[in-house]
Amino acid sequence: MTILIQYTLIFAAILILVALGGCYSEHSGVINIGLEGIMVMGAFGGALVMQALDPGIPGILMIFVVMLVAIVFGMIYSLLLAVAAIHFRADQTLVGTAMNMLGTAASTVAVRAINSADDPNNVSSALSYGAQKAAFTKMIGSYELNLFIPITVVILIIANVVLYKTKFGLRLMACGEHPQAADSVGINVFVMRYAGVLISGALGGLGGIVYITTGVSEWKFEYGVAGFGFLALAVMIFGQWKPTRIALAALLFGLFRALSNVYIAFDVLTNLNIPGYMYNMMPYVVSLIVLAFTSKTSRAPKAEGIPYDKGLR
Amino acid sequence: MNKKKNLLRNDAFQSLIASVICILLGLLVGYIVLLVINPEGAGQAILAVLKNYLNFPSAPAAKKYLGGTLVSFAPLLMCSLSVLFAYKVGFFNIGAAGQYVVGAAAALYTAIAFEWNWVFCTIAAIVVGLIWGAIVGLFKAYCSVNEVISGIMLNWIGLYLTNSLLSQVKDPLTPYTYNLKDVNPSAKIPSLGLEQLFSNNQYVTIAIPMAVVMAILIWIMLDKSRIGYELKATGFNKNAAKYSGMNEKKNTIMTLAISGGLAGLGAAFQYLSGIEQWATTQTSVPGMGFNGIAAAFLGGLSPIGTIFSSYFIQHITNGGGYVDKMVYCSQISDFISAIIIYMCGFVFFFKLWLNRMLDKRDEKKGGNN
Repeated sequence: MTILIQYTLIFAAILILVALGGCYSEHSGVINIGLEGIMVMGAFGGALVMQALDPGIPGILMIFVVMLVAIVFGMIYSLLLAVAAIHFRADQTLVGTAMNMLGTAASTVAVRAINSADDPNNVSSALSYGAQKAAFTKMIGSYELNLFIPITVVILIIANVVLYKTKFGLRLMACGEHPQAADSVGINVFVMRYAGVLISGALGGLGGIVYITTGVSEWKFEYGVAGFGFLALAVMIFGQWKPTRIALAALLFGLFRALSNVYIAFDVLTNLNIPGYMYNMMPYVVSLIVLAFTSKTSRAPKAEGIPYDKGLR
Repeated sequence: MNKKKNLLRNDAFQSLIASVICILLGLLVGYIVLLVINPEGAGQAILAVLKNYLNFPSAPAAKKYLGGTLVSFAPLLMCSLSVLFAYKVGFFNIGAAGQYVVGAAAALYTAIAFEWNWVFCTIAAIVVGLIWGAIVGLFKAYCSVNEVISGIMLNWIGLYLTNSLLSQVKDPLTPYTYNLKDVNPSAKIPSLGLEQLFSNNQYVTIAIPMAVVMAILIWIMLDKSRIGYELKATGFNKNAAKYSGMNEKKNTIMTLAISGGLAGLGAAFQYLSGIEQWATTQTSVPGMGFNGIAAAFLGGLSPIGTIFSSYFIQHITNGGGYVDKMVYCSQISDFISAIIIYMCGFVFFFKLWLNRMLDKRDEKKGGNN
């Protein structure tokens, strides 16, 4: 049972981080389909620095450095979307798709180059960080707490407060609802949209490194992040673009994801004879059904996906 | 001078320039990355990617590998037609990847479990792809679900369903489905002598010319037929189309169903040629559908242009296999493709800018006269 809770919480934490990223980007008016690619890039940066760090350094320092690097990688990568979507009015779905392809391809090429530069016989696309990863968890009795869970809770609270209680958050949301109106009262729509996309880059990158350090001690970058970015997108929609609901949705989806990993350990579940792929598929099916019922009254930001054109004011 | 101006103003010509620029920038960035990894072999590596089958000095070998590129060109062309067709009507069919996946499930399952002939397997793939696309259309038409989001969800649902279905017809010793050649040769698309043109490459089939014919048919349908006109009108302005008596709900569902059928047909072309077996342990949606997006945009969203862009994308994808594996890795061509599709996002702005420049120039000339 503990293992199920453990997995559910950590998967939920990752989904919360990435979905909050998507939520900020969409509230500013930019659709971010490229979250998957951003996660890969954050994971790549984080894993790179983890591999290089000495496992003996204090845990708090390790967490701080790894988080920082993953966030910076995610933010830099998200600039690709920001520049194309905000300045060049590119099709945001197209750019996002390109970023997903690019994230996996670029990190694979880079990791392989780094590996074979160290050792000419090493042509794998994996980075390993088994010893360094120990800093991320703390034993509380028999329960192994992943420190990113409390970190995520803090981020969730901050994200909620910033979005609804600060000038910045309200202005950001205005740019996703009616950018022309926002502009007319002196809000710089371009700056706000940059902020939205960069925040999604930061949170997506962080989610990426947490994802690949969960359960395993090395990661093959050929696999990307196996659709987790898309799952986060589903969480965001299921959560109707609201941080608190996103957290609840993430817990539900995290549970499904955890079940697909550990259902064999439960006699009750194995007796039900539900094949493993069903647990993997369930989050997508559930969100599709929910979408069918909620889309007509959807709370999606009204101007998302539409490039801002001052001439239309 | 006048003639040149007209040519530059021509939309098709502008698309062509834009695509060439995208390709050149993609190759340039790829080259820079290779230089950073190892400056010595970079030039050779990028040439290896571009040469693809020409890396083989003997003519028969080169022909054989040209055939290999063409085999995968056919499904890629179908996927890009799928994306293009929907995009012309105003939908971004990111679900093409999933429609391709379920098409593969239908083609391989009917071929191995039911031992159907290739014609029926192909039809099964089309029908299942069609249904998968129609689901997106139904959600869009009746529940206003954004087609990108439902497409993404259905991609993953399709992947898990396909993995579990095809696990029933897989080789017990490997994660792959049975080789068609061993279990049901009649399911393999025939070559009708075409393979002899490519040094008897056993995977070359009539799927290749069929894909090109499909591209032409889609072009005729979109540009020359009433139904194509109606569909494009729906995409251009949903409300206007509705008020002029077109059934926009029906058109939405039909468009996405046709789009799905095209992707399903693409899967039949790939898996019934025998070149690839389905790996039932796949954890990510195959890239064919996403590459289709790349090819559709690189081809300037024209069915005819797509024939060339699909070939190009497949050419460099296969070419990636010829870089020096001790120094570089074959994913460099995925990297280049991704850069190219990213650059395609700027095409709209490029055309806008080009037209503005031309306007300015004309204005100046007008003032002088």
